Amino acid sequence: MTQVLSSLALEIRGLAKQFDRLAVDGLDLAVRAGEFYTLLGPNGAGKTTTLRMATGLLRPDRGSIKIFDIDVLADPVAAKQIMAWLSDEPMIYDRLTPLEYLYFVAGLWGVASDIAEARARDLIAWLGLATYANERCESLSKGTRQKVALAGALVHEPRLIILDEPFTGLDAASARLVKNVLRDRVTQGCSVIMTTHILDVAERMADRIGVMSAGRLVAEGTLEELRRQAGSGHASLEDTFLALVETDTARESIAA
Amino acid sequence: MTEAGTVTWLAQHEARLAWRDWAWLLSGGRRRRGYKVVLGLLAFVIFLHGLAYLTLTRSADLASPPDKRLLVTLAGILLLYWSLMLSQAMEAVTRAFYARGDLELILSSPASAGRLCAVRIGAMAISIAAMSLAFSAPAINVLAWLGGVRWLAAYAVVTALAMAAVAISVMLTIALFRAIGPKRTRLVAQIVAAVIGASFVIGVQFVAILSVGTPSRVALFQSQVVIDHAPDTGSFWWLPVDAAMGNGPALIVVLAVGALALAGAICFCAPRFGELALAAGGVAQSPPPSHGRAASFHPKSPGQALRRKEWTLLVRDPWLMSQSLMQLLYLLPPFFLLARSFYGKGHSVALLVPVLIMAAGQLAGGLAWLAISGEDAPDLIASAPVTPTRVWRAKAEAVAGAVGLVFGPIVILLAIADPMLAAATLLGITVAGASATMIQFWFRAQVKRSLFRRRHVSSRIATFAEALSSITWAGAGALVIISLWPAVVAGAVALAILAGAWMLSRKRQ
Repeated sequence: MTQVLSSLALEIRGLAKQFDRLAVDGLDLAVRAGEFYTLLGPNGAGKTTTLRMATGLLRPDRGSIKIFDIDVLADPVAAKQIMAWLSDEPMIYDRLTPLEYLYFVAGLWGVASDIAEARARDLIAWLGLATYANERCESLSKGTRQKVALAGALVHEPRLIILDEPFTGLDAASARLVKNVLRDRVTQGCSVIMTTHILDVAERMADRIGVMSAGRLVAEGTLEELRRQAGSGHASLEDTFLALVETDTARESIAA
Repeated sequence: MTEAGTVTWLAQHEARLAWRDWAWLLSGGRRRRGYKVVLGLLAFVIFLHGLAYLTLTRSADLASPPDKRLLVTLAGILLLYWSLMLSQAMEAVTRAFYARGDLELILSSPASAGRLCAVRIGAMAISIAAMSLAFSAPAINVLAWLGGVRWLAAYAVVTALAMAAVAISVMLTIALFRAIGPKRTRLVAQIVAAVIGASFVIGVQFVAILSVGTPSRVALFQSQVVIDHAPDTGSFWWLPVDAAMGNGPALIVVLAVGALALAGAICFCAPRFGELALAAGGVAQSPPPSHGRAASFHPKSPGQALRRKEWTLLVRDPWLMSQSLMQLLYLLPPFFLLARSFYGKGHSVALLVPVLIMAAGQLAGGLAWLAISGEDAPDLIASAPVTPTRVWRAKAEAVAGAVGLVFGPIVILLAIADPMLAAATLLGITVAGASATMIQFWFRAQVKRSLFRRRHVSSRIATFAEALSSITWAGAGALVIISLWPAVVAGAVALAILAGAWMLSRKRQ
């Protein structure tokens, strides 16, 4: 399913960020172009911080980040031009309609208005938002707002989509719709990086899974590869994930 | 320990929240600034008393029995004050019904909605009375100093006026609910609040311009025409003024009327509060307005997208619209003065210059605060391929466009009447607007628009610097008509204020 492309969609080297404590600790991470990559980890593992640095929303203390060979720190505008960021809290304007919101996002990314209109209408129809297209976002449900935000992330056709917990608050039907949309984008050559706590989603959708703990990548690979790293006897991703995280936590405690 | 769910328990809860909100407002959330806040407040109180003394020491003999001129002046000032209280009360009542906050938590509990209503209405009356008393206290204290302790009765009169204002606001809001439904009430009530707040001031200015040729309210209250048409001393109409001057029976009547009005409003509202609050809450859940104008929202560049977005959000903000409407209403008397001058019936057109500059600075500051600090999707903007400089520039352009839309036509009309004055006004509006925008940029926060009003996020230094800058630029505008060099000095002072604000903003970061 994954397309083999020469360049990397995301390349992170020695990334570090400290707040009150070390949030990201010398992280190395590479995501291939056209890949669906899922980042797992317990709360506070540094997943969101890593992705916020990758999207240029947060400046790292050290390390380098490249998006399709573009240095995010040196040329953030060029990097942002080809990627989209979607957080778990939908970033939309209460007093704009979904259609106006999509036109606004398209305008921010410099998409020509005729193209923007066609794409926006397609996305509105695709995501089942036609009923709400001309109604203000202020009274839309969280799931509908999340779909509007997703449409915004797709309207400028990014090469890399980075999503932080995109299934939070979505009902089963909406979640399936979002999964289909993301899968479809990957089929078209887009790269997707996603954090989630829903291990079932990661197991079913991801080409590769990265497991973070205490700001570091403790394991990475396909589900089979992770199972091997975790040791025998772990049938599901949940067992594998817990085993990997527990092993790392135990190692940390011994080191301390 | 107070039993949970009782009026006293709910009142304690409200009082605790109000106290913490107030303490946060004064200290900016920093616990160790208590003594500085107290010192600052003390200095401000002394300053206000000094100002009140300078104003009132030249007044008529305050210790002697009042003549009709004093009665008219005091009644006018009380009426003016009360219209502002009414406006504040309308705002507070609308917020009590529509702001969700903890309302759903309390309404979903077994606690009585009626008791909550009584506590909330009582809290509104206390808060409006406290605010009004805080502003009127220096004048009342100085009046008591100069004219005797009987003037302290004015405190009770202000309290009674606050109770009456809240009672009328509650009844008016319920009437609006019944007449036009909860959805329209939110916007209409805010507009009514703005109009009430401005109408008396503006009405008096109109009459003053027509009768005495200047927009001065005091000049009108003291004019012979008004005094001749006013009721005789001893009339029922002077009851609040008599009460304020320490007339015992009048004071009892005024207090009783205020308290009864408030009790009546509570009794009327309490059984309906749950139903009304739920209806107001349902507004957010009901399908939003549908319209087919999205096709016109087609930005061609990131800058245009940002400007369009800001303008659309500004236009769709009911609170901002009511505030802007009020600012525009305040411009009507100067506009009227201009029109009269244009037709050769007056010579006070030069008075417009500072008024317009001041208003432009204030409007630009308010809009800039909303546009620059209020961002519902900060991550979206930060993750877009647009430099921060471009974002700030687009926001500033959106503010400049809105200010230009409001003041442009007035400046054009002024240019027909007097091109030199128009040029001075245009320059003043530009620098005052730019200064206010820059101050808001330096002191910017990052907050969702919906949280703006309850969280008191605006920097007090920014608010003060912005007001001071607008006043100074307005002063420079007024002076330039008389002589160039004093205006240059005033302009230099305004620039120094800007520089000071910039340095303070750097220190704050």
